[in-house]
Amino acid sequence: MNQREKEQYLREYSVLKAQGKPFFPYAVAKDSVMAFLVLVAIIAMSLVLGAELGPKADPTTTTYTPRPEWYFFFLFELLRVIKPAELTQAATIGIPTLCLILLIMLPFYDRGPERRPERRPIATTAGIITIVAMAYLTYLGASAGSPTDIEMKAPSDLDRQAVAQFDQGKLVAAQSGCLACHKIGHNGNDGPGPELSEVGARLPREAIARTLENPTAPMPSYAALRRDEPEQFDAMVEFLSQLR
Amino acid sequence: MPKLKLPNPIPDQLRPRPQRPGEGNGRKSTKDVVIESGRDAGISVVDWVDERTSLSGAARWTMFRKVPKGTNWFYTLGSATMFAFLSQAVTGVFLAMYYDPSPTRAYESTRHITNEVFLGEFVRGMHKWGATVMMVLIFLHMGRTFFFGAYKYPRELNWVVGVVLLVLTMIMSLTGYLLPFDQRSFWATIVADNINGTGPFLGPYLADFLRAGPEFGATTLARFYSIHMLLVPGAIAALIGVHLYLVAKLGTTAPPWVKAEEPEQLRTEKV
Ligand code: HEM
Repeated sequence: MNQREKEQYLREYSVLKAQGKPFFPYAVAKDSVMAFLVLVAIIAMSLVLGAELGPKADPTTTTYTPRPEWYFFFLFELLRVIKPAELTQAATIGIPTLCLILLIMLPFYDRGPERRPERRPIATTAGIITIVAMAYLTYLGASAGSPTDIEMKAPSDLDRQAVAQFDQGKLVAAQSGCLACHKIGHNGNDGPGPELSEVGARLPREAIARTLENPTAPMPSYAALRRDEPEQFDAMVEFLSQLR
Repeated sequence: MPKLKLPNPIPDQLRPRPQRPGEGNGRKSTKDVVIESGRDAGISVVDWVDERTSLSGAARWTMFRKVPKGTNWFYTLGSATMFAFLSQAVTGVFLAMYYDPSPTRAYESTRHITNEVFLGEFVRGMHKWGATVMMVLIFLHMGRTFFFGAYKYPRELNWVVGVVLLVLTMIMSLTGYLLPFDQRSFWATIVADNINGTGPFLGPYLADFLRAGPEFGATTLARFYSIHMLLVPGAIAALIGVHLYLVAKLGTTAPPWVKAEEPEQLRTEKV
C-alpha cells in the first residue's frame, strides 16, 4: 500500500465507522451470546466426555502410546510423512519454524490494498491449501496405526520357516516397546537408543541376546522374557540379527 | 452535578424515560426516593473514583467506540477465544488447589481430583476440553482475520501479537499435557522434548532447560507446572491486553465487501 492507498483506506474506514453502531451494547450483546455458547460447549464436553486418567507414568514400561493432543497431530504427522533420516531435522524443526516465520511476517510481504478474499487469489488459495493440508495431516494422525507397528520386510533369501520366525520376532519387538527409543526402518523414535535398522550387520546374534538380557541403562532388561517365554525371545533375537 | 454524563449513542430503550405529564401525583413515592438516592449514591461513588483515577474517559473510549457497519458474528470469535482463556484461568485455579507437582504425588493428586474431590472430574473435564475449545476458536479467529484481510495496514502489529498468542497457547497445551502424569502424557512429553532436542543450536539447550537437566527427573514436573500456570498465562494475559488495546485504538475492520454509503450531504450536493 502506498501513501495514497493508506489515506484512502483510512478515509473510507472512518466513514464506515461513523455509520456503525456503538460497541456497547450492540457488539457486547453478540459477544455475550457467543461467550455463553462457548461455556455451554465446554460444560457439555466435560459432562459427556469426562476426564479420563490413564495408568500411572512408568518410565520402565515397554507398552504405551506416545500420542500428543489431537491438535498437534499435524506436527507429529510431518515426522511420518517425511521419512528419509537426513530430512528428520527439517520435519521436526525446519518446516514448522519456516511456517511460523511465514505466518508472523504475513502483513509485511502481503501489502496490497485489496481485502476481499475473492480478489486476493494467491492469499486465499494459499490459505485454503494450508487448511486442507493441516486437516489432512490431522486426519492421518488420527487414523495412524499404533506406533507399535514395524513395517520391515523379511530379506528375500530366507526360506519359509525363517520368514515365519522373522515375522514372529518382529511382532514381539513391536509389542515390547523397542520403538520408544529405537528406530527400526521407518518406524520408531530416533533416540535415545541407536537405530536398529542394520543392527544385524553390527552385532553378532549372541551379542544382541546379551544386550537384551543385560542392557545399558535406561533400556529395560528382557531377561524375564527369556526365562518365561524363550521361544519369543529367540524369535526377537533372530529378527534383529536379520536386520542388515 | 455528577460529571459522569451518559454519552449519546445509548439506544433509546436504555435511556431513562422522563415522566409523562399526568404520571405520578407530583409527590415522590418512597420507592422512587429509594431508587433515586441509590442512583445518586452510585453516581457519587463513581465520581469519587473517577476524580482520583480519571478512568471514566478510558471506559467511555473502549465501550462507546463505534464498530463499523456490517460487523457480523465472525467478529465474536476473538472475544470468544478470550472467554475460553478466562474459563481456563478459573478452572485452573481450582485444580491448582488440589494438584501437587511432585513426581511421586502428581498422579495421585490428579486421581484424587478425578475421583474424590467434589465436582473434581467436572472441573478437570472443563479444563481439559476448554483447551480444545480455545484452540479451535483461536484458529477460527485467525482464519477470520486472514480471509477478511484484517492483518493489512494499519493492523499489522495486531497480527504479529496474535501469532505470538497462538504460539503461547500451544505451549500451554504442551506443558499442561504432562501434568496428570499418566502413561500417555509422560511418553508424549518425552517425545515432544526429544523433538525439541533435535533443533539446531538452541535445541539441545532448550530440551535440557525443559527437563531441568539431561534426564527426565524430579524437578522436570515442577518446571513444567510453573511454566504452565505462571509464566505463560501471565504472558498471554499481558499480550491479550496489548491486542485489545490495539483493537480499540485502531477499530475493528468492516467486512471487506461492505462499502460506505456516501454521506447524505455529499449526495445531495452532487445533484
Ligand atoms: C488468545 C488469543 C486471542 C485473543 C483473546 C484475541 C482477541 C481478539 C479480539 C477480542 C479482537 C476484536 C475483533 C474480533 O473479535 O474479531 C481481535 C482482533 C484481531 N485479532 Fe485477535 N485474539 C487472539 C489471537 C489472535 C491470533 C492468533 C491472530 C492472528 C494471527 C489474531 C489477529 C487479530 C487481528 C488481525 C485482529 C484485528 C481484526 C479486525 O480489526 O477486524 N488474534 N482479537
